[in-house]
Amino acid sequence: MISSVIHIQEISKKYKGADEYSIQRLNLSIIDGEIIGLLGPNGAGKTTLISMLCGLLKPTSGTITIKNLSFKKNRKKIKQIIGVVPQEYALYPTLTAYENLMYFGSMYGISGKRLKQVVLDNLELLGLIKFAHKRVDTFSGGMKRRVNLIAGILHNPKILFLDEPTVGVDVQSKKVIIDHLKELNNNGTTIVYTSHHLTEAQEFCTRVAILDRGLIISKGTPLSLIDDIEDAHNLEDVFISLTGSALRDHA
Amino acid sequence: MHKLLMSAYKEMLLLLRDLGGLAILFVMPLVLIITVTLIQDSSFKIVNNVKIPILFVDNDKGDLSKTIRDNLQESTLFEIVTQKNKIDLTEDITKKAVLKGEYQLAVIIPKNITIDLQRKVAQNVSNILSELGVEEDTISNKESIPDKEIKLYFDPASQKAFKNAVMNSIDKMIANIESKSIYSAFQEEFSEGGEEEKPLFDESSFITFKEINPKEGKEHIFPNSTQHNVPAWTLFAIFFIVIPLSINIVKEKSQGTFVRLRTNPVSYATVLGGKIITYLSVCLIQFLLMLAVGVYLFPYLGLAALEIGSSFMVLFIVALFSGLAAIGFGILLGTLAKTYEQAPPFGATAVVILAAIGGVWVPVFMMPKFMQTLSNISPMSWGLNAFYDVFLRHGGIVEVLPEIGLLFLFFIITIAISIFYDERKRAV
Repeated sequence: MISSVIHIQEISKKYKGADEYSIQRLNLSIIDGEIIGLLGPNGAGKTTLISMLCGLLKPTSGTITIKNLSFKKNRKKIKQIIGVVPQEYALYPTLTAYENLMYFGSMYGISGKRLKQVVLDNLELLGLIKFAHKRVDTFSGGMKRRVNLIAGILHNPKILFLDEPTVGVDVQSKKVIIDHLKELNNNGTTIVYTSHHLTEAQEFCTRVAILDRGLIISKGTPLSLIDDIEDAHNLEDVFISLTGSALRDHA
Repeated sequence: MHKLLMSAYKEMLLLLRDLGGLAILFVMPLVLIITVTLIQDSSFKIVNNVKIPILFVDNDKGDLSKTIRDNLQESTLFEIVTQKNKIDLTEDITKKAVLKGEYQLAVIIPKNITIDLQRKVAQNVSNILSELGVEEDTISNKESIPDKEIKLYFDPASQKAFKNAVMNSIDKMIANIESKSIYSAFQEEFSEGGEEEKPLFDESSFITFKEINPKEGKEHIFPNSTQHNVPAWTLFAIFFIVIPLSINIVKEKSQGTFVRLRTNPVSYATVLGGKIITYLSVCLIQFLLMLAVGVYLFPYLGLAALEIGSSFMVLFIVALFSGLAAIGFGILLGTLAKTYEQAPPFGATAVVILAAIGGVWVPVFMMPKFMQTLSNISPMSWGLNAFYDVFLRHGGIVEVLPEIGLLFLFFIITIAISIFYDERKRAV
């Protein structure tokens, strides 16, 4: 039976002092076990939406429930079951990869030998075990992205939010990250993911939602979206067709 | 508890990875305390042979001007200068020299001051004697003798304390001379002549001063520059923790780790708790190092050793609560500041202002009334009073309770505001 893990109902968000809404009466249900990509041009509202889903931002109106829990009443419980991989390298540069992960793992309540094992296992899986005791500020971009990912999954989250997880990384690192995410998904983790890499999204996601100006303008499986648009051969064609090719600069 | 300890461990690792920052945190306060105590201790010390050159213009050439000059010379504070470029000084020359800042002070003795003083004294004595019927009232008793004025030219940049000290010193000298003149005049009136004449008046000081420091019990510690400076500058150094701590928090915000922590099931209070434990440890280590310098190193530098007596635990408690107040302030500053450019300059300036109004440089009782009132809200004033209660007034834990109570309250309020502000920001 298909069930929703995240239920977004009539969510709107207007920042203080802003003239327009960043998110406008958005409705979306995210299904347990799926990999859903939130795609859209710059300023579409992807990061705002994912920030609200992580509890970083409070919606102006509407409700979000995660596994039937609301942030208002069950903030700590929700944080225990979600994992977040932010776009920035949210790591302490002067600490080693091991020290960073031991710290963030402990913040999820993992301790002792179990924590140590989980950290070392993940470093091994993502090809960083040799660099475990090196400072993060000596790492390449791809290595930092991998440590960034590990920090969000140490506690084996039910739902994982990723904001541009492969931006600025080399092909090899990207493959390792995507493969690991697929592995997590196979083990039951629902993944909510934003990206500008449409080819990657097409291969990786089971479903995508395309946002523009705070609204979902289309959603479905990548193949169904491609089929729906005449002369579209890939998700990029769909994207351009729906959002246009004009630049979306804003401040 | 595990999350709190891991947070503290993380903060400790971050500090240890910045050796330069650590060196500054521990070495600079020691350098500060040694430098300031050396300067303040040696400012008027004979041993260092530091004399202030002052210009002396003697338009009188009499006994009085000679006495003033000799007394100034004997005070060992001043070096008397009567010529410039081998030319005898005049009022004009000295005025210009002082205005240019070449000299701090010039003393101008007016013409005929000796003669006029003698005439004035003789006139006063004569008036008294004629009132008593011992002498006839003469016309000279009614003669008007103009007042005399000794001019003191001060460099405009001179400190008020220095000016007051000099003026009081010269005033006392003049008063002594006047008294002696009066005694001499009476002696002359009543004596019958002869070399072996016994003096009619005992000219030795009838009233003297004795410095006593109130004490309870047998312990008696005389205050000195070390006892004054070590607590004051220790407190100043403790409060400088505001800067690295506020930078630490701004850094967490800018490098994204705070974003991650906000999505973790850990409260802001726990995250802050880790910082409080670590930075408080730093403050206490600073305090212990400065005490050690005062006790063990100062004697080798020619300074008085710091006397702690049996009050170490009370001092430690005062340092603990002062550290908490400083940390609370640093956390508040870091929480409110948005950029690196905001936190350190504001923190440094705020600490200097709190030190100034707290009485670290100038004693509170010497400040204008409104500043004295303002000093009541400076946590550095509370900390300094508590330290002085122990170091100088030999107080115990009961005596410092009000001050440590205020310091703890300050800590609670600043932390509460920080947590509240963070909660409000999360609701953006």
